[in-house]
Amino acid sequence: MQKAILSRELSLLFLAPALVFIALFLLYPFFSIIQMSFTNQTLVGANAINPQNVGFQNYVELFNTKDWMRQGEMGHSLWLTVQFVIGSALIGQAMLGLGIATAFNNRKGLLREIVFTLAIAAWIIPDVVVAFAWFAYLDPEGTLNMMLQAIGIQPLDWLFDYPMFSIILFNTWRGTAFSMLLFSSALASIPPSYMETADVIGASPWQKFRDILLPLLRRYIATDLILITLWTFNTFTPFLLTGGGPINRTNVISIYTYSVGLRFFEFGKASAIAVVVMLINLVLASIYLFVSRNQQGKTA
Amino acid sequence: MASIEIRNLRKTFGKVVAVNEVSLSMTDGEFVALLGPSGCGKTTTLRMISGLEMPDSGSIHINGKDVTSLPPRSRDVAMVFQDYALYPHMTILDNIGYPLKVRGAPHNELKEQVTSVANNLQIGGLLARRPGQLSGGQQQRVAVARAVVHHAQVFLFDEPLSNLDAKLRLEARAFLKHLQREVGITAVYVTHDQAEAMALADKIVVMKDGSIMQAGTPLEIYRHPVNTFVASFIGNPPMNLLPCEINGGSIYVQTGDSPQAMSAAGLRLPAALAKGSQFTLGVRPEHIRVLTEPAADSIKGTLYVTQTLGGEALVIVRVGEQLITIRLFEDEAPPLPNEVYLSFDADHLFFFGPDGQVLR
Repeated sequence: MQKAILSRELSLLFLAPALVFIALFLLYPFFSIIQMSFTNQTLVGANAINPQNVGFQNYVELFNTKDWMRQGEMGHSLWLTVQFVIGSALIGQAMLGLGIATAFNNRKGLLREIVFTLAIAAWIIPDVVVAFAWFAYLDPEGTLNMMLQAIGIQPLDWLFDYPMFSIILFNTWRGTAFSMLLFSSALASIPPSYMETADVIGASPWQKFRDILLPLLRRYIATDLILITLWTFNTFTPFLLTGGGPINRTNVISIYTYSVGLRFFEFGKASAIAVVVMLINLVLASIYLFVSRNQQGKTA
Repeated sequence: MASIEIRNLRKTFGKVVAVNEVSLSMTDGEFVALLGPSGCGKTTTLRMISGLEMPDSGSIHINGKDVTSLPPRSRDVAMVFQDYALYPHMTILDNIGYPLKVRGAPHNELKEQVTSVANNLQIGGLLARRPGQLSGGQQQRVAVARAVVHHAQVFLFDEPLSNLDAKLRLEARAFLKHLQREVGITAVYVTHDQAEAMALADKIVVMKDGSIMQAGTPLEIYRHPVNTFVASFIGNPPMNLLPCEINGGSIYVQTGDSPQAMSAAGLRLPAALAKGSQFTLGVRPEHIRVLTEPAADSIKGTLYVTQTLGGEALVIVRVGEQLITIRLFEDEAPPLPNEVYLSFDADHLFFFGPDGQVLR
């Protein structure tokens, strides 16, 4: 054991500011949300001043089987979220990221630099800027429609007629860089002689991918899928494009929570949703920790 | 088995000329070593034979067929890499059998062939393991087994022994030589270790700066090096090279401030060696005698160090600014005074011109 540089008291003193902030901005809201989820607190009216303890009523309402799948209800919102996660994270970001990383593996040159720079730029530009750019892009008189018209395709109102497709496309574009970078550095750790041996043996590109790359990338793929699932599940940026609409058609869980709490000001119910979301995240994060610890055990 | 014909092969990386107008022919069943220091173009030449690199110009024929622009899989070659390139997620059975799997061989046939080859190479008991559980020597055999299973016409080895320790390397060297004799493969073998090349190859190709310096049998290259580079690269310890001048009947050895004269009588001087000219005298460590008394054809030096290697001993003598190594085939170096005299074996001297080329 290495000897501590600071005494226990002094270490606590240095930690104190951070602990105060964590307590104030993380722990207090966390517990107050749980507490609030068992009340009928609202922003205005009698329940704002004197919220009643309603027990599990908020939760019962959320999981009410009769209205569960109706537009604007919890079940419907979860179903939209599943579509959004599968479409934009698992299929969009992970597949596209893996595709780009594999295509440019062991290659250098201008094209690689351009593709990587654009993908990373899309990833790091602030949300609001990106959302406005996409708003302009998808507008009925926007860039996309002008390009489509140029090749003779009728313009569409993307955000109105294909709202889920639009936010999936948007989020894929927005987040592919992470998967691309992760897979790209994973691929770079594979010695070139592995692929060259396969070339000399006469393996086809598909055989090389299936027999060599995929098994060697398996643990990176698991890490990537869990992380981007977690992030996509919680992302709020689609709100800037569609506001959850039209008619709740892109009302993913983060937007649903927001609208119950800060549009309809039902704080109690919104808190209950937030607690459910936290539990789902907890499960995902546990899976992630379990998988990554398992990998450490295997590689060591 | 196959013959290989390489003509005017050239490859550049940016402004660096890696391989410059290399021509080379190999007959069926020949074991050829490409030998040279790092960066001499030997590995690039090998990779062009395999098809992993494409030449800028020149041609490669295997068995009379022009393969210059064919991809690796259409050339019928097998390659063993320096890091062996065994797939860590596959068992040894799957690793060795991968060339068969790629061709769609049925699993029982694959297993049969792999088992037979593995038994032959004494790794039959390892088939269920993974590469990480094997020693370096075993991994090397697995990589060779994969190449044997491939049934290729040409074997390409890229420094396959350089990751092994000295003892294993000697074992693996004997194993490869035996294998080559038994299977009768045509092989191109890249190495920077002259002893490895001498031990294994039917023909050695010495390369430097992308060009072939000399090609020939190991003995030819040892006995008749064409320039000072080949002379000093082949043989261990390397040949002693002394700057000299010939004047009248004497050779003046210019290793320090004051040249030492030794009689040129009895030496077979090359015709090209003009009177009064500068040249480099080459003499191998095993062709020098150490005397305690001066002689007409000796030069004086001071004892620097002796090394006992068991079976042979090295005596290193300082002559002027230069150290000269003498190799004695005795168990122990004899006790020597501080001042010694060196006499060179007249039949085994080499004369190189100022450009480094041998004088005939």
